[in-house]
Amino acid sequence: MADDTRVAVRRTAKLFVGGAFPRSESGRSYPVHASNGDLLAHVSQASRKDARDAVVAARGAWSGWAARTPYNRGQVLYRVAELMEGRRDQFVEEVRAAEGGRKRQHSEQVDAAIDRWVWYAGWADKLAQVDGAQNPVAGPYFNFSLPEPTGVVAVIAPQQSSLLGLVSVLAPVIVTGNTAVVLASAERPLPSISLTEVLATSDVPAGVINLLTGYPSEIAPVLAAHMEVAAIDLSGVAGTDVDAGELAVAAAENVKRVRMPAEREPDWSRAPTPRAMLRFTETKTVWHPIGR
Amino acid sequence: MGDASKSVAGSAAGTLTGAVSAHLVEDLSSDAALRAFLGGLPGVDEVGAAGRAAQLATRSIKRESKLWALDAAIRMTDLTSLEGADTPGRIRQLAAKAVRPDPSDADVPSDAEVCVYPDMLPHAAPVVAGSSVALASVATAFPSGRASLEVKLADVRDAISAGADEVDMVIDRGAFLSGRYAQVAEEIAAVKKATGSAHLKVILETGELQTLDNVRRASWLAIASGADVIKTSTGKVSPAATPSTVLVMLQAVRDVARATGKVVGVKAAGGIRTAKDAVRYLVLVHEVAGVEWLTPERFRFGASTLLNDLLMQRTKQLTGRYHGRDYVTLD
Repeated sequence: MADDTRVAVRRTAKLFVGGAFPRSESGRSYPVHASNGDLLAHVSQASRKDARDAVVAARGAWSGWAARTPYNRGQVLYRVAELMEGRRDQFVEEVRAAEGGRKRQHSEQVDAAIDRWVWYAGWADKLAQVDGAQNPVAGPYFNFSLPEPTGVVAVIAPQQSSLLGLVSVLAPVIVTGNTAVVLASAERPLPSISLTEVLATSDVPAGVINLLTGYPSEIAPVLAAHMEVAAIDLSGVAGTDVDAGELAVAAAENVKRVRMPAEREPDWSRAPTPRAMLRFTETKTVWHPIGR
Repeated sequence: MGDASKSVAGSAAGTLTGAVSAHLVEDLSSDAALRAFLGGLPGVDEVGAAGRAAQLATRSIKRESKLWALDAAIRMTDLTSLEGADTPGRIRQLAAKAVRPDPSDADVPSDAEVCVYPDMLPHAAPVVAGSSVALASVATAFPSGRASLEVKLADVRDAISAGADEVDMVIDRGAFLSGRYAQVAEEIAAVKKATGSAHLKVILETGELQTLDNVRRASWLAIASGADVIKTSTGKVSPAATPSTVLVMLQAVRDVARATGKVVGVKAAGGIRTAKDAVRYLVLVHEVAGVEWLTPERFRFGASTLLNDLLMQRTKQLTGRYHGRDYVTLD
C-alpha cells in the first residue's frame, strides 16, 4: 500500500568535471528520449564555459596521471571494469532504453564494453615494448624511442553506440597517460552518465576523465580551438551536421593531433587494435651513453 | 537576501564618518586613547560582509568591460617574488616580465611594480630603469616582523638605499592582538619616518587577525599612523586576501577619505590566482570604495601567478580561442 504513494527518488543527470558532478554553469538542460519516444530524463546542457572548466581540470590532472607507472594505470583501468561489472544490469537497461532493440544484443554490448577496459588495461605496460625501439646509431650510445602521452585529449564520443562506442574511444586515450574531456552522445547520454558514477568510485584520479553532455555543434568548436587541448578525436561527429573539416582547421592553430570521423559510424563491436592508443602519443627519443 | 546584506554592510560603514575627527586620533602614543578610538569603531557584521562580497562576485561583466578590467588588473599588479630560492637571474626575468608582460603583444600595459626582498633590488633596478615600473621591497623582518625596532629600521634603510620606491612593512600582530596598539602605531610611524619620500605599504596580515573587527581596527590604526597603502597579507599565511577582508579595508579607506580627505590605497595580496578573482576584486573596489579607487595609485594586486592568467584571458578575449599555459612563462 505504501508502494503506491511513494515518490521515486530520481537521479539528477549532471556533468562530471574534476571528479565532481556540477550542473552546467549555464543552468540549461535538455530532454533525452528513449528510442520509443518516452521521456527518460533531462540532462545538463554543457556550455563553452563548462568545456573550458573541464579542460582546466584535465590539464591539472595530466602531470600526475602521466607520471603514474604504466602498470598502475593498467590496474586503475581494470578497476573500472570491475565496478562496471557490478552495475551490469543497470547499464544493459540504460543502453536498451537509449538504443532500442533486443535485450540480448545489449547484454553483449555491455559485456564488450567491460572487456574493452580489461583489454586496454592489459596494454598499459606493454605498449612501449611493442611500439618502442632501441635504435641503432653511429656512436657509442643507446638510443631509445618510446611512446609518451600527448596531453589533454578532447573526445567527441560516438552518437549511436552510447556505451561501447564511448569506451572504445575513451580507454585508448587515457591508458597511455593522457587526460580526457569527453562530449557524450547528445541523444543517448544516460549510459555515459552512469559510467561517470563508476569512474568517480573507481581509482581514476579526479580530472583524468571529464564528461560533458550537450551538443557537438556547440562544444566541439570550442574544444577544437582550445590552445591547451593537444589532440581531438572527432569520431562522434560522424552522422551529425557538424563540419569536421572546419574543426580540423580550428585545431590546426596549435597543431593538434586530429582523428577525423569515418563517413558513417563504425561497428564498435569489432576487435580494436593497438593503433588506437598510438594516435594520441608522441614519440620520445632518448640518447644515453653506453659507457664501459 | 541580497538587499538585506547590502543594507547591513552599508549601515555598519555609514555611521563611521560622523564619528571621526580630522586628525583621526589625537594621541598615538597612548594605549588608552587608541583603545577608546578603535573600540569606538562600529563592529563588522561578518555574515553580512561575506554575503555582500559574495553577492558582488556574481556580477556579470560585459565583454568590453572585461577587456578593460583585464588591462586595469595588469596595470595594478605588483609582480612579486619573495622566495628563499630567489636568484639574481630569476629576479631579472621577473622585472623584465613586469615591464613587458607579453613579449608578443606591445599593447599589454606594464605592471605597477616589482616586489622583492631588499638584497634583490640591485638586480631588478637596471631592468626596470626608464620604464613606468616601480621598485618595491619588503622590510621590517618580513614576514613575521619578529625583530627589534632597530633591526626593522635598519632593514628599511637598507631597502631605501638600494633604491626602493615603495616599502612594504608588517605590523607587529602579537602586539596588536594583545592590545598594545601604541606600540604598533609607533613602529609604523618610525618606519614611515625612515622611508622618507618612498611610499609605505603596511601589511596587516589579516589571516592572523582572527576577526573582521580586528581588520577594521588595524586598518584605521595603520592609516592613523601614516600608512600610504594598507595591504592584506604577506602571502605566507593562509588565508591571505579574502573578499570580505578586502571589503572591510576598502570601507576603511573610503570612510577616511570622506572624513578627512586623506587618500589611502589598498593592496590585496596572496591567494589571488585567476583573472576571474581579480575582476571580482575590481567590482568590489568599484562598489565599495568608488570608481576613483580603480587606478594603480589606489588599488593593487600583490601576485605572482595571477599575471599569467590575466594574459591568457586577455588573449582569449582578443582571439576568441581559449589560451593555454604552454604559451606563457612558467614563473
